[in-house]
Amino acid sequence: MSSPLLNLSNISFHYPGGKPVLDGLDFHLHASDRIGLVAPNGSGKTTLFHVIMGLLKADSGTVEAFGRPRQEESDFVEVRRRIGLLFQDADDQLFSPTVLEDVAFGPLNLGKTREEALAVARETLDFLRLKGFEDRVTYKLSGGEKRLVSLATVLAMQPEVLLLDEPSTGLDSNTKETLVEILNGLDLSLVLISHEFDFLSRTARHIYTLEDGRIRLDEELQIHTHQHAHLMGKHPHRHI
Amino acid sequence: MIDEAFAEGDGWLSRIDPRLRILGAAGFAVVVAVAYDFRALLFALILSLGLVVSARLSLRRVVRSLLAAMLFLALLWLVLPWSYEGPVWFEIGPVGVTRPGVVLCSQISLKTVALMTAFMALVATMTVDTLGHALSRLQLPDKMVYLLLITYRYLFVIEQEYQRLVRAMKIRNFRPTTSLHTYRTYAYLVGMLFVRASERARRVHCAMICRGFSGRFVSLRRFPPNPLNSVFSFGTIGAIGLLIVLEWVM
Repeated sequence: MSSPLLNLSNISFHYPGGKPVLDGLDFHLHASDRIGLVAPNGSGKTTLFHVIMGLLKADSGTVEAFGRPRQEESDFVEVRRRIGLLFQDADDQLFSPTVLEDVAFGPLNLGKTREEALAVARETLDFLRLKGFEDRVTYKLSGGEKRLVSLATVLAMQPEVLLLDEPSTGLDSNTKETLVEILNGLDLSLVLISHEFDFLSRTARHIYTLEDGRIRLDEELQIHTHQHAHLMGKHPHRHI
Repeated sequence: MIDEAFAEGDGWLSRIDPRLRILGAAGFAVVVAVAYDFRALLFALILSLGLVVSARLSLRRVVRSLLAAMLFLALLWLVLPWSYEGPVWFEIGPVGVTRPGVVLCSQISLKTVALMTAFMALVATMTVDTLGHALSRLQLPDKMVYLLLITYRYLFVIEQEYQRLVRAMKIRNFRPTTSLHTYRTYAYLVGMLFVRASERARRVHCAMICRGFSGRFVSLRRFPPNPLNSVFSFGTIGAIGLLIVLEWVM
């Protein structure tokens, strides 16, 4: 197996005055892995992402990304260029007045010229089927549109790894469908946090859980039945 | 909240380079603020009303925007004419109205209306983000421009958060009264807004860092050349020059 893109070992982290959120956690991500993380609220999934991006500093343990240990703020500049993080709340991610400006913000920071940045931004919006959104005002978008535009802002940086923090939460079924198709069409390594098993099973290849501050593999398929109620349930039907 | 009522105008003024409009409005404001000659002030008022008309702003909206200022002016007219020192001009019942008091009130009123309408026609006809980018091109310090742009962007988010909190209070039957409970609740509300706003600021900053932000915004805006720009510039310089002549030379 090739050397991992991300190699976290023995990471511990606690918020001031709280008990440890991450406790001796090990995590590896290889090229073209697609990992789903499912765990209860407050179990440290978002914290894990922030440690990977260098937004939070672990109490102990090492973060290795793209074959090099990352400790200082300056080490993480390259990490942030090569790893894209989609935030839980799209309002945190979109701060420019118009969609096009927001999507071009990352490329401009990477030192691209105005023309190059605009070209990348337009390309990314096209790819996400957001043509015609260029001059829309970001705070007036609907929830689903905000999520997709946020994804565009991250993808415009042309990352090698994508970390998605609850990307499907609060989306209607059509937008969710679009998101699944888009994610499955990406040739990137992915880590997805979600509470929705259906969504994860369609986008991730491996599903892990976070328990007691550590990652556990939850790979075995469990056959189970459950009952549920909905309208027209008497008629024979399939759930997809 | 902020509805940018005039920003969607398509009059000729909207097509002028925003930087020139800002400079023009600022120059006009300085001269009008220090002028006291009635000929100059009346000329300024006619000029700015002319701008409002030619910018084809909705007159109803202009009047509505002026209402707040009118209230303030009404207060001045109520107090200043009889409380200002000077010889009594005429008497209404027991109070003597002084001529300098009336003169001062008229000057303040003329200045207020002239400046407000001029800014409506020149500056309010651009969106806040255009204003920000134009100010940045005018070499205003970056920090002030970001403060303006980001405040504008997140004002709406904070307002939504405020509405959410108020709804949460209402559905649990909160009715403001004159009681300690009410004051405490409002204090919590304000405190909560501050906490949430600062948390929000932290997360936004994280998101910006993740996208390679290093302290400098790069603007995509270009302000295309327009033959009307020079017409506007000469017109503004002429008008301000005439104001100066009316005030100080004649």
